[in-house]
Amino acid sequence: MDKKTSSRKRTASYRRFGIQAAAALLQNANFTGFFTGKIYDGPLKQVCVPGLNCYSCPGAVGACPVGSLQNFLGGLNFRIPYYIVGLLVFFGALLGRAVCGFLCPFGWIQELLNKIPFYKKNRFKADKALRSVKYFVLAATLLLPLFVKLTPFFCKYLCPSGTLAGILLAASDRMIRGQLGWLFTWKAAVLLALIAASLVIWRPFCKYLCPLGALYGFFNKVALYRMDHDASGCVHCGACAKACRMNIDPARTPNSMECIRCGDCVRSCPQGALRIGFRRGTEAGGNPHTERKTITDSTN
Amino acid sequence: MDKRRNTAGWIVLTAGIVLIAAGCILGQPDSVLAKAIRICLECVGIG
Repeated sequence: MDKKTSSRKRTASYRRFGIQAAAALLQNANFTGFFTGKIYDGPLKQVCVPGLNCYSCPGAVGACPVGSLQNFLGGLNFRIPYYIVGLLVFFGALLGRAVCGFLCPFGWIQELLNKIPFYKKNRFKADKALRSVKYFVLAATLLLPLFVKLTPFFCKYLCPSGTLAGILLAASDRMIRGQLGWLFTWKAAVLLALIAASLVIWRPFCKYLCPLGALYGFFNKVALYRMDHDASGCVHCGACAKACRMNIDPARTPNSMECIRCGDCVRSCPQGALRIGFRRGTEAGGNPHTERKTITDSTN
Repeated sequence: MDKRRNTAGWIVLTAGIVLIAAGCILGQPDSVLAKAIRICLECVGIG
């Protein structure tokens, strides 16, 4: 890799890091809440944030889309959640899983944990099978509240963002601290397991458990922010697949449901055969002298 | 293929905006707010 490519790669990586940090801060801009243990109750909480950010976090200034959705579906008076579904469709159609790669605070936390020097093993046998778990979690998240009323299955038993919120609230509120019981112990164990897994695997929660990521994955193929592969410019060197930490082959499936649009593959391509960004239908590809041939996607 | 995908993207985006508008007309943002401004006991692990 020449010096110029290396520097370009570093700059793009810093840019994504900066966006992730800014997004996490903006979605948790109620800074006083971290000290007082009081959650924000202003009008901004009418709007769901695109990523996984618990609305009970003392810093949260927006609503959690998964929690809000489950609240609608599991309410005693069932109503079709047009507003929340609309927001999810809007974010999905615009960005697809770039929401995960750029805007999700919990995704960013996992990336930070993975930077800690430790034993790393991102590719292993069970990886592909484990990835399908998140689709079951998504199905359970949507369907279980319909049958078991007032029980937000995902938020109650799995969501690590909520556990973080619980820890932050408990740290500043003695009343809450006194009420923590077996459920908190279970959720803390899930969180600890995810923290430990994040040290070894890149974004394990996003890969294996996140229902929001699973949902946005369905939009990757049509999202306006997407990846294109110039088949005529590709030399099949495999550099993109090697660079991908979500373990997909971008040359084969540039719009895979697993792709979180981090852009590592684009930057690793020596031929510039991969491009990522907002596209107009007729725009030319990575190699301007060739006609674009975007290969047909299939789920990885 | 690219153009077709792009059109599909715009259609889905528009559908999202229509759903948001429908939800707003039905007052659903208020329901989201009502839930979001109270500590969610299940979420934080109290139950």
